[in-house]
Amino acid sequence: MAITVSQKAIPYLKALVHLAALYPIVNLYYQAINDRLGADPVEAVIHFTGIGAINLLLLSLSISPAAKFFKIGALIHFRRMIGLYAFVYALCHILNFLSFEVQFDLRLFIDEIFERPYITVGMTAFLFLTALAVTSMAKIRRKMKKNWQKLHNFTYLIVLLGVVHFYWSVKSEIIEPLIYFALYVMLMGFRHQKVRGWIKKRRPQ
Amino acid sequence: MLIKRTNRSDSKECDVTDEKIYLNRREIVKNMGFLGAGTLLTTTAAASVFDLFGDDTPPALFKQTNLEFTSDKPFAEELTPEEKTITHNNFYEFGAQKNQPAELGQGFKVDPWQLKISGEVEKPFTLDYDDLYSSFDLEERIYRLRCVEAWSMVVPWIGFSLADLVKRAKPTSKAKYLAFETLYDPKQMPGQRNRRLGGGIDYPYLEGLRIDEAMNPLALMSVGLYGKTLPPQNGAPIRLVVPWKYGFKSIKSVVGIKFVEKQPSTTWNILAPNEYGFYANVNPEVDHPRWSQASERRITTGGIFAQNRIATLPFNGYGDQVAGLYKGMNLRKLY
Repeated sequence: MAITVSQKAIPYLKALVHLAALYPIVNLYYQAINDRLGADPVEAVIHFTGIGAINLLLLSLSISPAAKFFKIGALIHFRRMIGLYAFVYALCHILNFLSFEVQFDLRLFIDEIFERPYITVGMTAFLFLTALAVTSMAKIRRKMKKNWQKLHNFTYLIVLLGVVHFYWSVKSEIIEPLIYFALYVMLMGFRHQKVRGWIKKRRPQ
Repeated sequence: MLIKRTNRSDSKECDVTDEKIYLNRREIVKNMGFLGAGTLLTTTAAASVFDLFGDDTPPALFKQTNLEFTSDKPFAEELTPEEKTITHNNFYEFGAQKNQPAELGQGFKVDPWQLKISGEVEKPFTLDYDDLYSSFDLEERIYRLRCVEAWSMVVPWIGFSLADLVKRAKPTSKAKYLAFETLYDPKQMPGQRNRRLGGGIDYPYLEGLRIDEAMNPLALMSVGLYGKTLPPQNGAPIRLVVPWKYGFKSIKSVVGIKFVEKQPSTTWNILAPNEYGFYANVNPEVDHPRWSQASERRITTGGIFAQNRIATLPFNGYGDQVAGLYKGMNLRKLY
């Protein structure tokens, strides 16, 4: 049975999503500034925003399968904002690294991006994500026509790069990143036809 | 808008509570008009209620006792606050997250304890729990602690020279290295029975030193910090502290020190030999493959804006005391 959400309810639900996405991060910085985030608030804010970005990316990937499976078309209204919040969390993640970890030592910041493969991978994901964020407005979407979908299919690569970045960053605790990878594979499984389509296209006819 | 400015030296509200009261707060609450029900709800009963929810929360806080020792001379660098030193720990036996050892380790039983000294020695011996505090002269030593993850602390340890222990054992001519081992007790150490919690390490945790490193006056067997016995998360009841090496060399909750002829296997080196060497001397010129070791964040007081990045010193600033141990060695290869 399809579930319909009245058009009137959507702005309220959106406000709720804004709150759910913003509250954790406002609270995080409040705690961090007041030294209530454990002994190393720097590590805490970096991890929280990084994991937060991956969670939101996976959530954004789960929206269209969930909308189809549960027959709740209205869910699609929330996909863009969740994707944009993933961008906000990723941006905070990088700003945390720049301002609190390397403390505006720009040379160290740039060296680390190019010298450490896991940071290179993470930064690549972030650059793609930035491209998606700036082209997310309806106006630009209309202008880009077919190219918009092509560009936004990079979401699948971004999430993969994000998970690889996480896996590569840990010392030995690989189980959590592996769980994220499994979730990613599952979410891509729902898109197997799309993925197969790409593989076929690339094969010589 | 009222903007309240505070100086670093100002006491905060949380500083006011007497520590003894703080540590006994659960007992105190229990004793406050809760006697009737309290007698029914014994600690074991409470523990089993928690167990229903799969919670590892122990019934009571680990008890630290005050130690008697001779004090170190004042140290020029600001100490890391005790609260931070005892809540930010890499001790995967009690969970791989930094906050977990302080939370999951509180029920750890350290008495009885046995530290066995064995191997290539004329006089093997065993230190029981009480011996740890009475066999050697205890002194306070304020050391920098540099983690391989590029953060650091300044900690007032209490302990005795490892050299004193080595001398008492009378090593034979075959004793070239010391092999250290942490307690293996999956019942008490949740990280040892659960691979996810334990960060995928094969236990028991192993470490090692060359015998001349062990004889260096800086090498400390620590039984306490900030004037008290060690809490579980910092390696109760006895741990090694070798301040010129990355923190993972300073093995915790030691039950065995074996004198051996060949270089012993060490846990992080087994796990990732290209990232963690046997020597693991603090060296700003040799980066970890995944991050720079040229500088570090010193953990002191204050929130996120007060965290300072400082240059990392060769041998963590102890070069004049230990550099001689490594003369002629290529420290880029033997990292």
